[in-house]
Amino acid sequence: MSTVEAQTGTQVMNYREALRLALREEMERDERVFLMGEEVGVFEGAYKVSAGLLDQFGAERVRDTPISEEGFVGAGVGAAMLGERPVVEIMTLNFLLVAMDQVINHAAKIGAMFGGEVRCPMVIRTPNGAGNQLTAQHSQSFDGWFAGTPGLKVVTPANPTDAKGLLKAAIRDEDPVLVIENLPIYKEKGEVPLDPEFVTPIGLAAVAREGSDITIVSHSFATVRALHVAERLAEEHDVSAEVVDLRSLRPLDVETITKSVAKTNRVVCVEEGWASYGVTAEIAARIGKACFDDLDAPVERVGMAEVPLPYAKGLELAAMPNEDRLAAAVLATLGMGPGAA
Amino acid sequence: MHALAEEDLLITGYRSHGFALARGVPPEAVMAELFGKVDGCAHGRGGSMHVLDPSRGYYGGWGIVAGQLPIATGLALALRRQGKDQAVLCELGDGAVNMGAWHESLNLAGLWNLPVVFLVVNNRYGMGTAVERASAEPDLYKRAAAYRIHGERVDGDDLDTMIEAADRLLTIARTEHRPAVLEAITYRYRGHSVADAGLAYRTKDEIAEHQKADPITRERAKLRDAGLTDDQLDAIDAHADERVAAAVQAALDSPEPSVDRLAYGMHALGSAEQFARMRPGSPFGEEALTFDAGLGA
Repeated sequence: MSTVEAQTGTQVMNYREALRLALREEMERDERVFLMGEEVGVFEGAYKVSAGLLDQFGAERVRDTPISEEGFVGAGVGAAMLGERPVVEIMTLNFLLVAMDQVINHAAKIGAMFGGEVRCPMVIRTPNGAGNQLTAQHSQSFDGWFAGTPGLKVVTPANPTDAKGLLKAAIRDEDPVLVIENLPIYKEKGEVPLDPEFVTPIGLAAVAREGSDITIVSHSFATVRALHVAERLAEEHDVSAEVVDLRSLRPLDVETITKSVAKTNRVVCVEEGWASYGVTAEIAARIGKACFDDLDAPVERVGMAEVPLPYAKGLELAAMPNEDRLAAAVLATLGMGPGAA
Repeated sequence: MHALAEEDLLITGYRSHGFALARGVPPEAVMAELFGKVDGCAHGRGGSMHVLDPSRGYYGGWGIVAGQLPIATGLALALRRQGKDQAVLCELGDGAVNMGAWHESLNLAGLWNLPVVFLVVNNRYGMGTAVERASAEPDLYKRAAAYRIHGERVDGDDLDTMIEAADRLLTIARTEHRPAVLEAITYRYRGHSVADAGLAYRTKDEIAEHQKADPITRERAKLRDAGLTDDQLDAIDAHADERVAAAVQAALDSPEPSVDRLAYGMHALGSAEQFARMRPGSPFGEEALTFDAGLGA
């Protein structure tokens, strides 16, 4: 095992570089950690997250696979059961569907179904995201499907710091963890702690922006949108919006949400995926029960329009939970929107 | 099973009882699992299809047809990463070869030179569908050639033949790190499950014909030829009956799993803290489902 010199302070880097730093640090720390997936080695990753890792760690630990998601996700499950720490990259979340049986019916079942006699400490990391006219089969967010599965943990970093911190926490976790990254955020920059022991705890949400008039609950790229909308509403409407970034979907930190709603009394939940049966449906149900006496308005939700995402740019933009729609939902929930009494 | 070395690993489909017993899992632990009791090998959480014993290298009975194949490649990959000259025996039924997971797993095993032997237990029917009605190439072992993997077919009801082939292929897997497909021809007398009488898709005559070649009958004849008396052979049967009776009694005596440990085993130690903030607004009755209670012994 290489020695890792203690580093302090932060460095500005983008989300993809933060993920790469997390992988490099964890691979240096623990020889059981290895990366496996399509194009992760010679090609340096479809989105260049693993650039340079093949040169540093070799083909045994940065393992190129055929286009065979069910096969190599299952191989990750088996390797994890023998104590390895596989990090399986799926090129995009859309392609994880063909490995769904291994994720839901195998990885997620191991701990409970075998009575705790064997564990599956694996990580699946994959980006989702829409907005580049990649159309219906490449522009989806199934976060809620996975988060609704007992036995899995699901984390969704929305900024470079959490990209590093949550990926490291996932690799160190003893259970299967799905790390849902996001294509539009890969280029976003931020201050990232250089301490190799820095991790973002799983199951802990963050208040990404403090406010007092209304709470916006979001995760992944929706958090980026929410922060922009909050700034815009402050400037244009003198609205003070608080943004709760969930960071983890399972376990879900409902306490941070309820604390915020107790302060603001109004809440809009936003997600990149379809809202029906989605993450926001779950959040809204929990808020409705836990915050019944605190609410001054019904819980509002914003998600992707409930159609397979179309190609034409105008249609695509209209279908996504864009900032205009989110801003309108926030104003309506505050009784300030069009048609407000 | 006889050909497996002590360090070798085993993974199977859902007909897991016999494999567990042959691997040395105590009959009491297998029976208690069938009864859903805490002393079962999965502490009553797995049941008939999910018997396992990692301490004996048995990584489980799995319930989705062909789902265990990708996992077997992963076990073999881990062995190679750890520099161990051990093999994985992966059992599957004839129905599993028509799943995508079969193709993907054989491709990975061939591509990466993984030490895994895929044992295809061909009992001629996937539920009620005969192999010839399900597989365009009913000589299942020939499919290994598509992945440049050695494949062969043996009479799975002949013990000596079975041991010789399994031993040879497992040795190659261990020493040369090459996978193989071993198709063992056998027969299923009873229905697919308790809901299947097993007669809608075959005749009683067909069953009776196969029973003439039953491996236990054949082994008994061989042992008699080798000089054992009927009394000695009956004593072996009686001993087996006693072991079953003792296992049933142990299973009856084992406690039921406590309901307050509903989530037992699901998550690793340390997870309770991660889930602690999830309780507000939980569905009715689930605020009490604490992962603390589910964890630990």
